[in-house]
Amino acid sequence: MVEQNDDFEEEQILQEIEGRLAGFGRERSNLIPILQMIQEQYRYLPKASLELVGRHLAIPSAEVFGVATFYNQFRFNPPGKHPIKVCLGTACHVRGGDIILENFERKLEIKVGETTPDREFSIEKVACVGCCALAPVALVGETVHGGMAPSKVEGLILRIEVENEMRQRAAEKEKSA
Amino acid sequence: MSAAFQKIYNAAAERRAAVDKPDVPVIHIGMATCGIASGALETKKAFEEALAQQGVEAVVHPVGCFGHCYAEPVVVIEHPASGFPPILYPNVTPGKAKMLTKLYLEEGDPRFEHILGATVENEMIPWVMEFARFSMETRIVTRLCGHIDPERIDEYILEGGYASMVRALEMHPDDIVEEIKSSGLRGRGGAGFPTGQKWELAARADSGGKEKIVICNADEGDPGAYMDRAILESNPHQVIEGMAICARAMGASKGVVYVRAEYPLAVDIVTQAIEQARESGLLGRDILGSAFNFDIEVFQGSGAFVCGEETALIKSIEGTRGMPINRPPYPVESGLYGAPTVINNVKTLATVAPIIEKGAEWFKSIGTPGSPGTTVFSVVGEVVHPGLVEIPMGVTLRTLIFDICGGIPNQKKFKAVQIGGPSGGCLPEEFLDTPIDYDSLNHAGAMLGSGGIVVMDEDSCVVDVSRYFLDFTQNESCGKCTFCRIGTRHLLDILSRITIGEGIPEDLEKLKDLSRSISQGSLCGLGRTAPNPVMTSLEYFADEYAAHVEEKRCPGTTCRALTAFYIDLEKCARGCDVCVGCCPVDAIFTTRTRKKGIDQQLCVKCGECKVACPAEYDAVRRVSPAEGVPVVERVETEDSRE
Repeated sequence: MVEQNDDFEEEQILQEIEGRLAGFGRERSNLIPILQMIQEQYRYLPKASLELVGRHLAIPSAEVFGVATFYNQFRFNPPGKHPIKVCLGTACHVRGGDIILENFERKLEIKVGETTPDREFSIEKVACVGCCALAPVALVGETVHGGMAPSKVEGLILRIEVENEMRQRAAEKEKSA
Repeated sequence: MSAAFQKIYNAAAERRAAVDKPDVPVIHIGMATCGIASGALETKKAFEEALAQQGVEAVVHPVGCFGHCYAEPVVVIEHPASGFPPILYPNVTPGKAKMLTKLYLEEGDPRFEHILGATVENEMIPWVMEFARFSMETRIVTRLCGHIDPERIDEYILEGGYASMVRALEMHPDDIVEEIKSSGLRGRGGAGFPTGQKWELAARADSGGKEKIVICNADEGDPGAYMDRAILESNPHQVIEGMAICARAMGASKGVVYVRAEYPLAVDIVTQAIEQARESGLLGRDILGSAFNFDIEVFQGSGAFVCGEETALIKSIEGTRGMPINRPPYPVESGLYGAPTVINNVKTLATVAPIIEKGAEWFKSIGTPGSPGTTVFSVVGEVVHPGLVEIPMGVTLRTLIFDICGGIPNQKKFKAVQIGGPSGGCLPEEFLDTPIDYDSLNHAGAMLGSGGIVVMDEDSCVVDVSRYFLDFTQNESCGKCTFCRIGTRHLLDILSRITIGEGIPEDLEKLKDLSRSISQGSLCGLGRTAPNPVMTSLEYFADEYAAHVEEKRCPGTTCRALTAFYIDLEKCARGCDVCVGCCPVDAIFTTRTRKKGIDQQLCVKCGECKVACPAEYDAVRRVSPAEGVPVVERVETEDSRE
């Protein structure tokens, strides 16, 4: 599989989005489905794309921005390669979900909603992933990790870093061979 | 019409017969989100690999959520040739899957030590219905959840599905409304509005030539309730059938399932179920030759708690911010795009088909006179057997928590139960004998709400939980009403101050005042009920607030600013370094005696050392107020300098 490059050329993204917009009608009710489509494709909403959407639906881009920021689903900066979502639902809260979140923040040296400078990790909090019996829960990518503890945080990150390094070495080896 | 349905039924039976292998073992694996989160995918893979490796023939049958979260991944194995009844195995890890394939499927030994119970009555293995967690449930909405494959419409049809819709198509729409009305079914979304009355209003409303609309509200926003998701993932067709019956009753031709985008599996399964129903001719134009047209589309909600409110939900489908609007006109008169719209919760709609099938009288025989039927709870927090529980209305909280869910683990004492999520309240022990129904709970100041129940033991702090819910509602307030927007912010600020020990005595009166104003000055349910967690906890746990404010003490030793950890030097073992290794901030140091001490300046109070300290030493203590900590000075020893 080709490693996906997060640093898309914005121009290219916008052109692609423009093409996809043609598949949607111009009714206002398409606004949220369109935003969802963009986010699903690119994992965030590039700022300039909001203008394109506004033009497509003939509404001010401020209005598009207003709707996009209203809902929790949408994000405006690209997430890391390994997006970390810490559940802060009720069950996770009473079992110390906020402590897990803090540990991720401390370990990665970023705050919730941010992405590490190398674009490897990002941290988000989510309201409830619906597996309360496993509380506290954190997701790394799509994988749910139940029964989290502060000491597990370090292990999780370490594992990803080790895997990354192994992949890198394998790639270098291949190159030299 | 029933002839047309018979054809569909026969086709389903034929398809089933083609894949059914009577004597081959079947392995049912719970594969809803919660099962997958506990590793059901790996378990399934392990079964498939082991079967292939050992050349054993068996069918792996994915099913939905069984509701027994504590036992996930749940597996039921039917192995007729072994002579044993179908057996339910809890917590089946990949390793267990391989072992069971070899020892049970191949060699016929069911490994008794891993069994939870048999799913049918028999003389060899205890029947699961002998356990309260199973026998005290009354499953109407979740009857087929965890038994059928949600991705195959055939399985639902063969279990009697869509027969109620066929029946409804033969009934006069007014009779359907009448049946639902006399069943006494009330909206399961929390507010408890009579469903039949809602349908009647929509049926009578003048649509002005517009298509009437049914919306299934699956925007389950309460952080701690997940039954709607589980139902959609486990048995979507029962909800679709309920929507079709509703549409028939009120004369709608269009349906929308409004489901959170955060539930990707539910979105996929519902979308697929609708397609299958359409292909089978159970949705679409001229359904079963009855001239009734009805089709459903899926709309993904983008994650705003306020969109559970019906007018906000409509606004969000229309493509604007999900802000509630003033009622009247109610959506039943003028809803989505101005058309008469009925919005019902997932559970309400899933209850409809059984009522049409078995009748209003049957339904009324379950539950209480004022709240007939059952309700589904997600019971989480400090209980032994958490998960989804469907019980008749009117069962007491004590029965639910102690008998069905197994009580509080670790010999801890019960402190409070939070019911109804951010709109609900915190109830103390004296309410344990309160029957659970709309009216009794409202009377106690809580609310049935979404059906989320969080059980708290003596180590939880009700002030902290109230602060948590306020943090949530404050974030989710849409900002339309001043009292909700600014009032919840103030409530949160005050509560936050109290939990870090900066509360002043006047705060408590201010909290009450503000709470009253917010519930009176807000338009929608979010604002009106947002202060409930604060008001109930203030009323029933006044002493806890007082302890926080006056003594700077957190009785549940939860609020981090008011507690501190220390190591009991009497108990600490020399040379054991477990706590040192697990501390994420290197706050634990070795004293001259080689025992350990905690540097209070560095400690972030995560509690990891308390968990890590071996049970035979049990040396880590947590106390409140924080000043109660004995001082152990950090002295550089040779050890700590290394």
